[in-house]
Amino acid sequence: MKDTLTITGAAHSDHNHDSAVKHVTGRANYTDDIAMPEGTLHAYLGVSHVAHATLHGLDLSEVLAVPGVVGVLTAADVPGVNDISPTGRNDEPVFPTDRIQFHGQPLFAVVAETRDIARRAAERACIDCTPLPHALDPVAAQEAGYPHVTAPLKLERGDLDAGLAAAKNRIKGRITVGGQDHMYLEGHIAFAIPGEDDDVIVHCSTQHPSEAQHMVAHVLGVPSNAVVVNVRRMGGGFGGKESQMNLFAAVAAMAAKKWGQAVKIRPDRDQDMTATGKRHDFVIDYEVGFDDTGRIEAVGGTFAARCGFSSDLSGPVTDRALFHADNAYFYPNVRLTSRPMKTNTVSNTAFRGFGGPQGVVAAERMIEEIAYATGQDPLDVRKANFYGNEGRDLTPYHQQVEDNILDRLVSELEESADYRARRTEILAYNAGSPVLKKGIALTPVKFGISFTATWYNQAGALVHVYNDGSIHLNHGGTEMGQGLNTKVAQVVAEAFQVDFERIKITKTTTEKVPNTSATAASSGTDLNGMAALNAVEQIKARLVEFACDRWAVPPGAVRFEANRVLIGDEVLSFDAFIRQAYLARVQLSAAGFYKTPKIHWDRDKGQGRPFYYYAYGAACSEVTIDTLTGEYRVERTDILHDVGRSLNPALDKGQVEGAFIQGMGWLTTEELWWDDAGRLRTHAPSTYKIPLASDRPRVFNVNLADWSENRELTIKRSKAVGEPPFMLGISVFEALSMAVASVADYRECPRLDAPATPERVLMAVDRLRRGAA
Amino acid sequence: MTYRDDIRFILNGREVSARDVGASRTLLDFLRLERRLTGTKEGCAEGDCGACTVLVGRLTEAGLIYAPVNACIRFLASVDGCHVVTVEHVSGPEGALHPVQQAMIDFHGSQCGFCTPGFVMSLYALWMQTPEPTEAQVETALQGNLCRCTGYAPIIRAAVAVSRYGTPAADHLTAEREAMTARLRALRDGRRVVTGPDDNLAILPADVDDLAQCLVETPGATIVAGATDVGLWVTKFLRPIGPAIFTGHLEALKTVAREADHLLIGAGASYTDCQSLLSQHLPHLAPYWDRIAGWQVRNMGTVGGNIANGSPIGDTPPVLIALGAEITLRHGSERRTLPLERFFLDYGKQDRAAGEFVESIRIPLPGASDRNAAYKISKRRDEDISTVAAGLSVTVERGRITRARLAFGGMAATPKRAAQAEAALIGQPWAHATFEAAAEALAEDFSPLSDWRGSAGYRMLSAQNLLRRFFLEQDADTTAPAQLATA
Repeated sequence: MKDTLTITGAAHSDHNHDSAVKHVTGRANYTDDIAMPEGTLHAYLGVSHVAHATLHGLDLSEVLAVPGVVGVLTAADVPGVNDISPTGRNDEPVFPTDRIQFHGQPLFAVVAETRDIARRAAERACIDCTPLPHALDPVAAQEAGYPHVTAPLKLERGDLDAGLAAAKNRIKGRITVGGQDHMYLEGHIAFAIPGEDDDVIVHCSTQHPSEAQHMVAHVLGVPSNAVVVNVRRMGGGFGGKESQMNLFAAVAAMAAKKWGQAVKIRPDRDQDMTATGKRHDFVIDYEVGFDDTGRIEAVGGTFAARCGFSSDLSGPVTDRALFHADNAYFYPNVRLTSRPMKTNTVSNTAFRGFGGPQGVVAAERMIEEIAYATGQDPLDVRKANFYGNEGRDLTPYHQQVEDNILDRLVSELEESADYRARRTEILAYNAGSPVLKKGIALTPVKFGISFTATWYNQAGALVHVYNDGSIHLNHGGTEMGQGLNTKVAQVVAEAFQVDFERIKITKTTTEKVPNTSATAASSGTDLNGMAALNAVEQIKARLVEFACDRWAVPPGAVRFEANRVLIGDEVLSFDAFIRQAYLARVQLSAAGFYKTPKIHWDRDKGQGRPFYYYAYGAACSEVTIDTLTGEYRVERTDILHDVGRSLNPALDKGQVEGAFIQGMGWLTTEELWWDDAGRLRTHAPSTYKIPLASDRPRVFNVNLADWSENRELTIKRSKAVGEPPFMLGISVFEALSMAVASVADYRECPRLDAPATPERVLMAVDRLRRGAA
Repeated sequence: MTYRDDIRFILNGREVSARDVGASRTLLDFLRLERRLTGTKEGCAEGDCGACTVLVGRLTEAGLIYAPVNACIRFLASVDGCHVVTVEHVSGPEGALHPVQQAMIDFHGSQCGFCTPGFVMSLYALWMQTPEPTEAQVETALQGNLCRCTGYAPIIRAAVAVSRYGTPAADHLTAEREAMTARLRALRDGRRVVTGPDDNLAILPADVDDLAQCLVETPGATIVAGATDVGLWVTKFLRPIGPAIFTGHLEALKTVAREADHLLIGAGASYTDCQSLLSQHLPHLAPYWDRIAGWQVRNMGTVGGNIANGSPIGDTPPVLIALGAEITLRHGSERRTLPLERFFLDYGKQDRAAGEFVESIRIPLPGASDRNAAYKISKRRDEDISTVAAGLSVTVERGRITRARLAFGGMAATPKRAAQAEAALIGQPWAHATFEAAAEALAEDFSPLSDWRGSAGYRMLSAQNLLRRFFLEQDADTTAPAQLATA
């Protein structure tokens, strides 16, 4: 028996990622690393070379003539339903039959003995089509009369028109916010192994195994019980594998069933980036009315998004943009409308924040406008508009903000970052520096936690205790690097009071936990941690009952402590106790379940409580720009972020740091660029520039608000962490804006569009200088 | 003498003899598909993300040198005579974690873990060379490694702490250095290697003279030096490259030296090979050099290849043209020398005859009255292709500009001098107004394109502003900084 009085990997401890050793030694297996059965075939997608066309047919004879090609798959080969739309709108074919809807759209798949053969053969298709006019962005789409891909949302409270009319000051503007590629280091991949009858097993890099399962079944025309989807880990997801793996899973499964052999499909990076969706770009028109002190009286906004050719997740994404168009600010009168525009581009999808960041950027732009118009420090305008007490605590969707901690959080950051003094210094620096200019900004974030599709807020887990005392943990969440498995295992270790190492974390599989939700919306730990805890508590209740019975003690006399079980005066090792329980025929396995309480949402009315709680944070960033070239550098960033009572501060801090950098990349160097033909030209890391080590702030102070505790009964009073800190990157965007504004003496809001590439910065400097001259 | 028909190298601990190695076969595919060494990952297949980073040790005049390279665009044939080290070989023989690995774990340097083996390999190479690096040195070493999860901070913390976990002296590659040197020497037989199927032939000449001979025999062959561009022809464009003549193993083509009033750079010298000589004699190139690609690509890519490839956005031609560099081309035993700017005829067209190869680059050393600058503008500061690159060189005598060579990349179909802007400077006083006039004149020199790296308007305005920056930086009366300080 171990002597130690504590366990390893307890809740709230800085336990390492469970796969850390495997990561650094190269022994962590990703889907492409799984040993392949003999005779495994390889599929590759053939794609369109026009953005919009009537499709007459495909001549694949040249493809089939390539030695080593086994066959092709087209729309005609789909045994079930030719649709992989995640919301069941039937608007996203696996392969189109009569219309090409974007440049790079998959039209067929080649299956060959090697990936190289399949890839080369895919280039040899003859595509018979007649090009049609195309619209690539939401503005062009509106001008061309394109439809919405899904129903728009309107959020309204108070009287916008009256509010604007009564406001002493009004500003109208437009901001264009670019999209973002996920650039997960591991691209999409699916690997299907056929079984007997209808059965097929698909190993897939997916955040949503249940959806991949349902889609494969749908496409194959078989019940869901014939399909197993497995994922041990992903090499990054960020939302890009919430629905976008459907295509690959379906193609691999179709091919595996058709040829009766294992089939793997892995697009190259360029095809991954052109054929799968990204963060939505938005064009946002806003109007804000405010008083002379900068307090907002009314806000109107229209949020038009580049959704691509199909709806995918654009409905909930554009909804979430509206849900976050207030960020942390109370709008007395408000009307927000979404316009989810169809465009001839790849169908955009989930990406960390799920539309929320675009909404927050709009809110912060309005704050900036007010600050420049009233000649104030933007931080003062922010503070003046924070949600407050009764009367100033209702969101545009009529949810009451009950847990606001921004006053304290922002004040603490303002002090620790020495914001006021540094801003004064920067103003002086800029006055004396002709070429280099600095900017500083402190921006908050308030982010709503829960899927707005209420039924998604459920989770399952399966826990087995084997009779040697070892524990098998399975849940519906997926591991993409965020440390979900580590945190859930900590919850289990804590509940059983056993060492972390005793718990075997196993691959996510639809065989063990059915009907799971996507690991998305930052909800992974909230949902699956609770489900796992529920399973553990069921087993523990049986164990306690057994102990009471066997040792004739009351329930209060049975305690689980540090790898031991204390029963009255008896002390047993956990192993010995479990062995006894097994011999006494105690069921040592349980399926756990959890559903988030309190939430409800009426989309038609635009009212409800879509979010269980809010997570908060704030960042202060300082930048220097070069007004000759537009180049810039982030000098310093200070972050104070709220994760409630952290389950694992080290992992949570890692999420905060990583999310900030990703958010900064989105708003600075990550630019998606389509040419006039509708071809995405930034489709690999050579042309699409995510941040490097040298782009991170020169000084980077990241802290968790360790005093915060979730007021709701979440798992160990923690808060979700995946998405909220992404929006801390907005502080860099705002700081760049201030540096640009300095060339016109801060009299004019620079109205930078995002991403603020060096080009956009220089051109804004040039525009402001000309305007000021 | 008969040709050898296999590629011989040491993979981790074991000698490999690979037969029938086609020119286009990549090291990464060999590792993952044939050897099932799956710790090395494919992230982009274009040498940008670093997930495929492995170490390649090669025998040089200075001994056995290990450098991190991108296995995705490294051709298998090019590792002949080398020691290839993958992540599977980093832990000690008994499986003990390496100091780099332990530090990465302790500082939470991995999240999804897919990029991690590549980071481990780059940091391993850095630690061997610089056991106690500064943050700036770590950043430079990691320019070729992308991580999408961590935001890098924990990786940097780990990297600067590695020395606390162990010293290179105790490392097994260090301990085996002499034995490995002997094993690699034993692989050398001085023979030409010819391998691969007829339509994908890989040829490794025995020496530089044999290279000349090979090109005479096969004038249409693809010359593969560092493969940092040719690699993408294969992985991205699926272009056949055979027959291909490899030059990366020819140490004699990598010599770099100062000779009287100039520097002589062998065409096969990698960016890394010539870095210290250039920084010593042309200090204005030092920060510029660090912004060429990432470390892995700098270890593979060659200055000769950057020139011979003829790209309008290559990093080295503008700065070399400004310095008055000349190149020597060789055909058989015939050589000819021409000013570098004359080599670039038109987009995709260079003054290189079939069977000819770039042998060396000669860079005159600046005089005491010369003022030089090298500037690069890119969307992302490091590891990006230039939107605009500029080499600016003027001679100022008694307050007057007597000579000007202003060369730009990204502004035309070839790297090109700005004749009008030069004319606006020559004979004029060193003054703000002179450079304003030159900036105006630059609009006559170029009509740049708009693309994903930058619009025509941005290219022109920023190029003009680089002339203004040059004046401010070189002007004794101007004290305010005119560009962001380098790390």
